[in-house]
Amino acid sequence: MEHYNMNLTLKVWRQKNNKAKGGFETYKLSDISSEMSFLEMVDVLNEQLIREGQDPIAFDHDCREGICGTCSMYIDGKPHGPWHANTTCQLHMRAYKDGDTITIEPWRANAFPVIKDLMVDRTSFDRIIQAGGFISVNTGNAVDANAIPINKDDADASFAAAACIGCGACVAACKNSSAMLFVSAKVSHLALLPQGQPEHKGRALNMIAQMDKEGFGSCTNTGACEAVCPKEISLENIARLNNEYLGAGLTVNN
Amino acid sequence: MLNSKIPAGQLDQKWNDYKGHVKLVNPANKRKIEVIIVGTGLAGASAAAALGELGYKVKTFCFQDSPRRAHSIAAQGGINAAKNYQNDGDSVFRLFYDTIKGGDYRAREANVHRLAEVSVNIIDQCVAQGVPFAREYGGLLSNRSFGGTQVQRTFYAAGQTGQQLLIGAYQSLERQISLGNVRQYSRHEMLEVVMVDGKARGIIARDLVTGKLERHFGHAVLLCTGGYGNVFYLSTNAMGCNVTAAWKAHKKGAYFGNPCFTQIHPTCIPVSGDYQSKLTLMSESLRNDGRIWVPKKKDDNRKATDIPEEERDYYLERRYPAFGNLVPRDVASRAAKERCDAGYGVGTSKQAVYLDYADAIDRYGKIECLKHGIENPSAEVVREHGVAVVKEKYGNLFDMYDKITGENPYEVPMRIYPAVHYTMGGLWVDYELMTSIPGLYCLGEANFSDHGANRLGASALMQGLADGYFVIPYTVGNYLADEIATKAIPVDHPAFVAAEKEVSDRINTLMGIKGKQTVESFHKRLGKIMWDKCGMARNAQGLQEAITEIQQLKKEFWSDLKIPGEIGEMNPELDKANRVADFIELGELMCIDALNRNESCGGHFREESQTEEGEAKRDDANFSYVSAWEYKGEHQWELHKEDLTFDVAKPTQRSYK
Repeated sequence: MEHYNMNLTLKVWRQKNNKAKGGFETYKLSDISSEMSFLEMVDVLNEQLIREGQDPIAFDHDCREGICGTCSMYIDGKPHGPWHANTTCQLHMRAYKDGDTITIEPWRANAFPVIKDLMVDRTSFDRIIQAGGFISVNTGNAVDANAIPINKDDADASFAAAACIGCGACVAACKNSSAMLFVSAKVSHLALLPQGQPEHKGRALNMIAQMDKEGFGSCTNTGACEAVCPKEISLENIARLNNEYLGAGLTVNN
Repeated sequence: MLNSKIPAGQLDQKWNDYKGHVKLVNPANKRKIEVIIVGTGLAGASAAAALGELGYKVKTFCFQDSPRRAHSIAAQGGINAAKNYQNDGDSVFRLFYDTIKGGDYRAREANVHRLAEVSVNIIDQCVAQGVPFAREYGGLLSNRSFGGTQVQRTFYAAGQTGQQLLIGAYQSLERQISLGNVRQYSRHEMLEVVMVDGKARGIIARDLVTGKLERHFGHAVLLCTGGYGNVFYLSTNAMGCNVTAAWKAHKKGAYFGNPCFTQIHPTCIPVSGDYQSKLTLMSESLRNDGRIWVPKKKDDNRKATDIPEEERDYYLERRYPAFGNLVPRDVASRAAKERCDAGYGVGTSKQAVYLDYADAIDRYGKIECLKHGIENPSAEVVREHGVAVVKEKYGNLFDMYDKITGENPYEVPMRIYPAVHYTMGGLWVDYELMTSIPGLYCLGEANFSDHGANRLGASALMQGLADGYFVIPYTVGNYLADEIATKAIPVDHPAFVAAEKEVSDRINTLMGIKGKQTVESFHKRLGKIMWDKCGMARNAQGLQEAITEIQQLKKEFWSDLKIPGEIGEMNPELDKANRVADFIELGELMCIDALNRNESCGGHFREESQTEEGEAKRDDANFSYVSAWEYKGEHQWELHKEDLTFDVAKPTQRSYK
């Protein structure tokens, strides 16, 4: 890969805290290497800001290898930026050329309030899991791991759903800020396994109820979530969730 | 002085006997006992779930925005367990033996045997929780092999085993939160241990969103805060991984065990420039099929594909014909460094070697053609079939390489170089996982216990979950049974007030320096000293220089640091400053420990202690002990030795020729 340097203009959302009014600030960056990751480019800008006596840009990031789900930038109108099936931390600067202007915003959703600059509060996702995203088995109760064979296709489909990293890009991409892809990935992961069967009805109902309570919007099947998901979580999961939810609604007594 | 509290009796009966005689806390008393857990990775989340299920009142703390983000999530390869599902001769004893030997005879036999025993329960538990491990068509669990073993005992979920195990533990933790047994504090960082009458009784934590300090009481405190590889600045650890919680405990009296034992993983994507913020691991499983080489000619600037076969040096196959590309991590790492230092490195930085899949693609392609009855296939057809096989086995790793480097590893060999990956050292703990501070426990990578001087692949996940699910629920009860009469200590107790003042004074001092250099610049300089002088190869002169340089760096840090922003707000630079201050002190101790250990063992290679062929030479007569360092004041530590005895696994020199 041919290496090159570039000069860039960044428009970044700055907001001191969740009470303050935010706005865009423009920054110039020079000599950015095409081999840098996107977040390393922001690191360079932050070091520059600190040296100039300004407040650096607050943003969430941790593993920087696309698996922890912490990074969350809305780049030029797209969660995680231009590359397909990718997280912000895995985006590299060779996606850009000299003279480009890049706009960076936080995830925008009522259920993800801004903490500072590009950082948002996603604890609503934890509370949705608390509502039923688990199998109620205490430590020490388990039978032998091979006691219940599981059809390989089901196990693989369950794994594909369980690959969700909980980043929230699906919510950020959705015009209704719906969390259906996230919820459906968890419901599918557990519903596809025999171990998840005993609680499957209550799980779908309770997780959806919590999702609504948190202020996430409704799903209108536009598929924007699937298009931006870094782990390619499929819309089929939403179909499965709807099925689980309807079935549960008709048969649960409460 | 050092009492490791290893139960008497035969090795394979110790844990059973212990469990049979350990003190218990009755359910009515458990409700009144509070436990603080810092860190929510595999060890912390599993401990919190298990203790919550038992009925203790648990509080968990993590600096991330959710427990699910902990760096356990990034583990790729798998988790070992002595299930012997493959009928290939595995057993608890074999797993125990491989782990002791892999650790180069610097771990405790009793701990490692217990680990091997509970390994089987972990897999059962995870499957019951819904962890979607890889399966065969018959519906049963699949296994693969990993470095340093001759059996297939590794359970996995594609290249995302850590993610799936952590999500399982996280879900169990969230369930306990929903049941009211656990309270979770995210975006909180522990900055001090509170001691009352010589026992750990709580912590001071900082709410990273508001910057406010909080006091939390616990009858016991569990540190599950992971490893300290980021002392090298560049490592495969997440950006936030730090030693701060463990270091605060160390300065309050917890001994630090084997701090110099770090694992340098041989297959990582090399550094591309000085802006580099972290390094990415390419799973050890890639060495199963890939061949590692450098050009035979020094400073060869030709493209890899232009270098003919006879001008390539497959140096691992040359030096270690018996094990070839599958030598253990420490050996493979040193061999790569040796070639690069001698001027045979590749790529723009010359600090890389090739990991080449061309042979594997050809080999698999020919097998596929045979399977499909394709006679006299063209090179293209062979390649096409071979690429398909490699894609199925390693596709996600190849994609990751492509994303980071912009090069297609199916076309050109990958460039790799060793990088800091794991720290075997950590807080010293006894058999019950208690540190040298009563009531303060340490679990998972943060403790020193099970991996000796070198960790085998797929053993970190096993240890984290063993400690959390199956060890601590028993051992913490043995302590808490004597604490049932202790009432919750109000947080206006003078010990809490004093501890909070210590923290706030320190933060004020840091903010008050108002110097010129950024936190990041200090961290990078520390990392460079550590990598150059306490990295893959160490010698007395270098280590002595490093100690002086780190002491100097510390002075500069505390007099010329620049932190923007305020204390009472979200301030990531201040968070980093707190961590880097501790890394600097740890770095000094690591060099002191490495200097003291004048032998080579596992990942610790002292240039003074090698065979004529340049291999690591262990010195059992003088160094068969755990170094447990006691903090005695600035730049001062006292060494305590825990002698290691091997009743069952008798030490031998490792050879891979």
